[in-house]
Amino acid sequence: MQLQWMKYLFNWLVKQKEANNMKQFYQFIVKEFYHIFRDRKTLFILLGMPMVQIIIFGFALTNEVKNARFAIVNQSSDEISTKLIQQIDASRYFELYAETKDPQSIEALFKKGSVKIALVIPPDFETSLANQNKGSLQIIADASDPNVATTLTNYLSVIVQNFREDLYPNQAIPYTIKVDTRMMYNPQLKGAYNFVPGVMAMVLLLVCTMMTALTVVREKELGNMEILLVSPINPIKIILAKAVPYLLLSIINITTILLLSYYVLEVPINGSLILLYAESILFILVSLGLGLLISAATDSQQSAMFISLIVMFLPTVMFSGFIFPIENMPLPLQVVSNIIPAKWFFIIVKSVMIKGGGILLVWKETLVLIIMMTLFFGLAIKKFKIRLA
Amino acid sequence: MEKLSSKPAGVIIEGVSKSYTVNKEKLVAVNNISFEVPAGTLFGLIGPDGAGKTTLFRMLTTLLLPDSGNIWVDGLNAVADYKALRKKIGYMPGKFSLYTDLTIQENIHFFASLFETSFDKNYDLIKEIYEQIAPFKDRRAGQLSGGMKQKLALCCALIHRPSILFLDEPTTGVDAVSRKEFWEILQRLKTDGITILVSTPYMDEASLCDRVALIQNGKIMQIDTPQHIVDHFDKPLYAVKSPKMLPLLKMLENDAAVLDIYPFGEVHHMVLKSKDSKVNLPEDATMQVIKPNIEDLFIYLMRNHE
Repeated sequence: MQLQWMKYLFNWLVKQKEANNMKQFYQFIVKEFYHIFRDRKTLFILLGMPMVQIIIFGFALTNEVKNARFAIVNQSSDEISTKLIQQIDASRYFELYAETKDPQSIEALFKKGSVKIALVIPPDFETSLANQNKGSLQIIADASDPNVATTLTNYLSVIVQNFREDLYPNQAIPYTIKVDTRMMYNPQLKGAYNFVPGVMAMVLLLVCTMMTALTVVREKELGNMEILLVSPINPIKIILAKAVPYLLLSIINITTILLLSYYVLEVPINGSLILLYAESILFILVSLGLGLLISAATDSQQSAMFISLIVMFLPTVMFSGFIFPIENMPLPLQVVSNIIPAKWFFIIVKSVMIKGGGILLVWKETLVLIIMMTLFFGLAIKKFKIRLA
Repeated sequence: MEKLSSKPAGVIIEGVSKSYTVNKEKLVAVNNISFEVPAGTLFGLIGPDGAGKTTLFRMLTTLLLPDSGNIWVDGLNAVADYKALRKKIGYMPGKFSLYTDLTIQENIHFFASLFETSFDKNYDLIKEIYEQIAPFKDRRAGQLSGGMKQKLALCCALIHRPSILFLDEPTTGVDAVSRKEFWEILQRLKTDGITILVSTPYMDEASLCDRVALIQNGKIMQIDTPQHIVDHFDKPLYAVKSPKMLPLLKMLENDAAVLDIYPFGEVHHMVLKSKDSKVNLPEDATMQVIKPNIEDLFIYLMRNHE
């Protein structure tokens, strides 16, 4: 379906060549489309990559804790403890892996990595609860991954808390402060709300920066640039013609990502769709400018690829706030993160898509991206060599 | 636009030098070269690999800036008027530089639009060449034979009707028949009034040019018509032959009367110091006087330059 759509667009471009004044430019774009269409494998990767990434991040690489296996040391074996265990097992966070009476056997389970957390119910749990209004439980967690341990402990504590309230619903407990927590924008604490904007930034950056850099450098490497330079075509036209096809390709990719995240991952689009597209196109232009700048500075596809990946892609993953929160970084790194375009785009997409904000909420970030785009395109055009050396 | 010069058409090169830095060492590719190519002539630049032909061509086609000296092409300065010049010259680089994933037709149409003209408008100029590759017009350029690739590249270089055509080693890697055809095409283009500069490492092609320049180590050794160049060779030249060619070569190299001896196909070409010199030939060897060709002169000039 996407291919069909692109074909229409392509045919439209071909027709436009009849308009004589822009013929040179259009013909150049048509040529770029030939290159893209005829390299089927690359085209397939370009259009398939966003789907694969969304699926990988949506279902495989999630940092949400789901169905964590837990062990129970039940020395009590009474009605209440059984109920409690059932309640924990019923939640979507936990899955009962082993039940035992011997506290010593837990360590072996932890060592093997079979369970992440264990709950110890002492022998006098029910009687103590009934007689003294007081019962104690012990939670033991595998803290080799501190984040998971903390999350699981919190979840388990909350379940126990709720269980207690259900047990004595009418009992007035003196001086309790009830905390009602509300998770704004993402009540189910879904990881998808965070990674969809991240994947968008990553895919657009890969497609635009790397592919445009490669397509220009390829012409240098294969010697095509030698003839292009000897022709009267304006370098600005070469640069823009190289960028147009990838702009269109990236708009298709945004659409794929948004459709998948809306229908498959059930991430809502709370803000204006038009604003979301406009901001995405702005970020695409920033990435294209960056790719063209890289192509102006390199002479081989290998170094263009290396720079795109190492200089652009890794910092994007690290400093955009998509995987590691920027607030937790040391100050110098926080400052460094400001020069990463993806950081700003990530904030914009989260604000518009998840929080439903309008342009007033993101005008600062938008301005930063506009400045970056102007800078990159300006430098790319200025650095474009009108001769071979 | 202000015209910066009032030089005649054709190509004028005045004291042009160009050097590169390779591994921190200065490498002189073109060393103070001056010559002129009158408009409407077929001019050959003959020299071995690494002589500086490509560097010179790239300076003539505005792709490289000379370190010193002046270049005028078709009355325009190649440095100052590069934009105007790029509309008027046709250039075919030594390496096949068209798009291999585009068909013959797509390549030609693309280059036509690049020069803001159309295939139909200048079809008459390339008709003869195009007809030879037309049966394959929907084949991608990457799948063409060497000879067809060269014809396609020539079509693309001609599609905007340039006044000067620069061909950098157009026949390298092309079979003998295609080479012959290619030179016939060049002769016809010359009659259309196009000035042609062609470089080649093949000495036999020199005789097909109106004038040739012999280039070696960035320096022009001689410029003249092919016939004059051959006439310039005034030393006695012989072809020697024997059943044992290698020992013969080694033996004659040490002979006091021999100026130069080198393998040339089935025989050795031998240059004597003077007509009266006596050579000690082995019994089974024969020698006979031959007429020099350009290659003999080239080798002679090359060895004496060292």
